[in-house]
Amino acid sequence: MGKVTFRIWRGDKSGGSFNDYQAEVSEGMVVLDAVHQIQATQAPDLACRWNCKAGKCGSCSAEVNGKPRLMCMTRMDTLPHDQPVLIQPMKAFPIIRDLVTDVSWNYRVNKKIPPFKPRPPDAPDGTWRMGQEEVDRIQEFRKCIECFLCQNVCHVLRDHRRFGQTDTDGNLTSGKGPSEAELFGGPRFMIRVASLEMHPLDTVNRLPLLQKELNIGLCNITKCCTEVCPEHIHITDNGIIPLKERVVDEFYDPLMWAARKVGEALGIRRRKSLPIVKP
Amino acid sequence: MNIQTHEHDVIVIGAGGAGLRAAIEASAGGVSVGLVCKSLLGKAHTVMAEGGIAAALANVDERDNWKVHFADTMRGGQYVNNWRMAQIHAQEAPARVRELEAWGAVFDRTPDGRILQRNFGGHRYPRLAHVGDRTGLEMIRTLQDHGIHQGMAVYMECTIISLLKDGERVVGALGYYRENGRFVVFHAKAVVLATGGVGKAYKITSNSWEYTGDGHALAYHAGAELQDMEFVQFHPTGMVWPPSVRGILVTEGVRGEGGILVNSEGRRFMFDDIPENYRNQTAKDEEEGFRYCLGDKNANRPPELLTRDHVARCIRREVKEGRGSPHGGVFLDVSWMTKPGAFNNFKDPEFVRARIKDPVEHIKKKLPSMYHQFKELGGLDITKEPMEVGPTTHYIMGGIRVDAETQMSRVPGLFACGECACGINGANRLGGNSLSDLLVFGKRAGEFAAKYAKERSAGRINPQQVEQEMRSALAFLDSPLGQENPFQVQYDLQNVMQDLVGIVRTEGEMVKALERIEELKERAKRASAPGNREYNPGWHTCLDLRNLLTVSEAITRAAIERRESRGAQFREDYPEKKAEFGNRNTIISKGPNGEMQFRWEPIPEMPAELKRIIEEMK
Ligand SMILES: Cc1cc2nc3c(=O)[nH]c(=O)nc-3n(C[C@H](O)[C@H](O)[C@H](O)COP(=O)(O)OP(=O)(O)OC[C@H]3O[C@@H](n4cnc5c(N)ncnc54)[C@H](O)[C@@H]3O)c2cc1C
Ligand code: SF4
Ligand code: SF4
Ligand code: FES
Repeated sequence: MGKVTFRIWRGDKSGGSFNDYQAEVSEGMVVLDAVHQIQATQAPDLACRWNCKAGKCGSCSAEVNGKPRLMCMTRMDTLPHDQPVLIQPMKAFPIIRDLVTDVSWNYRVNKKIPPFKPRPPDAPDGTWRMGQEEVDRIQEFRKCIECFLCQNVCHVLRDHRRFGQTDTDGNLTSGKGPSEAELFGGPRFMIRVASLEMHPLDTVNRLPLLQKELNIGLCNITKCCTEVCPEHIHITDNGIIPLKERVVDEFYDPLMWAARKVGEALGIRRRKSLPIVKP
Repeated sequence: MNIQTHEHDVIVIGAGGAGLRAAIEASAGGVSVGLVCKSLLGKAHTVMAEGGIAAALANVDERDNWKVHFADTMRGGQYVNNWRMAQIHAQEAPARVRELEAWGAVFDRTPDGRILQRNFGGHRYPRLAHVGDRTGLEMIRTLQDHGIHQGMAVYMECTIISLLKDGERVVGALGYYRENGRFVVFHAKAVVLATGGVGKAYKITSNSWEYTGDGHALAYHAGAELQDMEFVQFHPTGMVWPPSVRGILVTEGVRGEGGILVNSEGRRFMFDDIPENYRNQTAKDEEEGFRYCLGDKNANRPPELLTRDHVARCIRREVKEGRGSPHGGVFLDVSWMTKPGAFNNFKDPEFVRARIKDPVEHIKKKLPSMYHQFKELGGLDITKEPMEVGPTTHYIMGGIRVDAETQMSRVPGLFACGECACGINGANRLGGNSLSDLLVFGKRAGEFAAKYAKERSAGRINPQQVEQEMRSALAFLDSPLGQENPFQVQYDLQNVMQDLVGIVRTEGEMVKALERIEELKERAKRASAPGNREYNPGWHTCLDLRNLLTVSEAITRAAIERRESRGAQFREDYPEKKAEFGNRNTIISKGPNGEMQFRWEPIPEMPAELKRIIEEMK
């Protein structure tokens, strides 16, 4: 298929620029292959993250021709070859180097979410019973590979630009500081909370967290997150909207939460929840 | 010595299933734990596991129990397994899987609401707890989200390059942060290695960049022994086309759900060669094989689900004898069941139709990520067309020799678990036995490392050792001895191992491989990495290469000495299995002058009780 020009952003915290590289493109090749080829032959210090090369680990997120993508799942034959292929790091997160960004903020948000706590076992042998239909909807959320592409495009997160960045000693080096940095949890953590809140066995109430710390109210359902999700998770329709409803319910009627948790434990689907969008 | 130092009782190197499970258990033991990994948390290899976790829960077939699982594991491993580890594994795996559910994992369900189990090669009954074909993701996310609340400190994107010793004892580790190239010392009373495998020594592999045998090499240099390194598993079904995805895994689950292997003549060749010791357990015809996949308890498994070593060799034979697919593999087909009249010549087609209403939807539901993977990477719809597949380097059965109960190596304070440790798998691993191995022995390693740490005071770190290791690491950047491109050296090594120490081996080729490895070692010393210390992949590759060369040499030396064919090791010059090799393991260690040493270790006599189980299950 011949040579193609790749215009790759190179630089670090202090700034950078686009550099052009040529790479030989062959059948079935993905963008990550080209980056590796360039690394091996022309720019050994070109930084990028990857692990699985099969869309399973969520490491290789970047922006390809302006679109947030997994580089390992972006086939070259879906891109025009007569103009340079533009590769940039995710825009929302602080740069470390080249295509590598500091996503540590996400791990800090995750740690705030109280862990799963199951109801007592259903059977004497210490196990539980759940139907496949009951787990289908949270299995959708649990497909998340933590590529953080949804976080990258969410305008609430982009506008606030408040991902605190820490150095390896844990000192904050940029961003506005942990308290402000965590103004909005972002779509990834909304569906993580959803996967816990809608877990048939779980007993913890995370609605106050959603409302006060993760500030679910700031999401105005633009669905940009859903559009970029490589796992095709219906982040907004199946995750955020039902959670927003629950938060509202709880605000007006705290007994609702308790009633719902019991209902879920008994396998009763909530009256007000929206129909699940099938993948 | 002005270098960042972290103090912990236990430090765990590696955050895949084994490392996370070890760190959770060590934390539960009430000690301070540090968890270090080369990638971000949650990205370790374990995330890629597809098919499932093997555990004799007996949810789908009540005839299953630990004894059957034990016998299956030993048969698959051709009896050179550490029988005690195989026993512990089979006995403890069910509790470890249930524990995951208690921590929030959401497995697929049986109709009565329990954890569903699926068929897999070499397992007599449906045994693999799974979540579609993304079981590894479920496992790692569950452990990760549980683990971060247990009080451990996590150091991400930090690569360990050396273990630090005080006399005989391991007392810490030296690493660098990928982000900025800064060195860091972890001072600890006990160290657990959980670094995974070595697949990057081969050109065609299902493994990621992380699989450079770091743990194997770190342990070797610290004085531990490496056992059974010749046993490298070539998974029969990797993608072969297009070239850029060559090696990416096609889960065995495809065959477990009824996928069949066919050659260019349209022949289902797996029926042609069924090993004697599996004949009783293999289907007589296609219908019986498919009924097995659909859960008929009276049916035997199709020959596609024979052990991986055997299936891989059959595929290689078809290709070699000119009956391969256009791109040098064979066809793996699930689309056959979507064709009109697919079940017409079955004696009882209604059995199938009652279980598969809509074959296309059935495939998509059972194999979602395979459907996705071929659609996006191969441009092919697996419900309509057959896939092309061929063997790919997948897993190493060999690894750090450890005590079966505690997972401690012969070096005091140094523990190992998961793929980098050796014992349970023998000459060939059964699918699904790795994820359960990670949980069972990860837990044990964590438990005993914590216990060991509690009973001891901290050792002393030798600043000279740290200085020297840092200097040798920095030389590639600051004062390289030559101009070798580390990527090129790695590439050349991968070709050597692929061509000379691959799926079919001969003495002559392997001796040649050793010579080539010597040359590559010299070239690796002269590797240079332009640029600075910040997130510099060229430099990281220079450092990883040292480990890759060590494990490649170990694999080759052990493979030369085992002059027979057994499990994953196939010697063209010694094509038969030999009884004299059936009771010993190969051992590699570092000699007094830094040279690689080889010896045989006899396998201790199996207790009568276990022998009886094996006899009964024959
Ligand atoms: C595609 C694929 C599918 C598979 N499917 C299955 C399956 O269905 N069932 C099954 O049982 N098995 C399966 N396996 C095998 C199984 O996934 C692996 O054997 C297992 O996950 C290994 O786990 P681990 O914890 O030992 O190591 P890993 O999960 O690989 O983790 C290794 C960790 O060590 C870290 N590390 C490595 N070197 C260093 C260093 N120098 N310094 C610091 N950290 C380091 C890495 O960052 C990583 O965190 C599959 C394997 C592959 C490749
Ligand atoms: S829908 Fe909400 S979470 Fe998603 S991108 Fe829009 S504002 Fe962000
Ligand atoms: S929800 Fe989708 S886009 Fe967001 S992190 Fe998970 S996989 Fe990525
Ligand atoms: S490398 Fe794993 S998702 Fe791209």
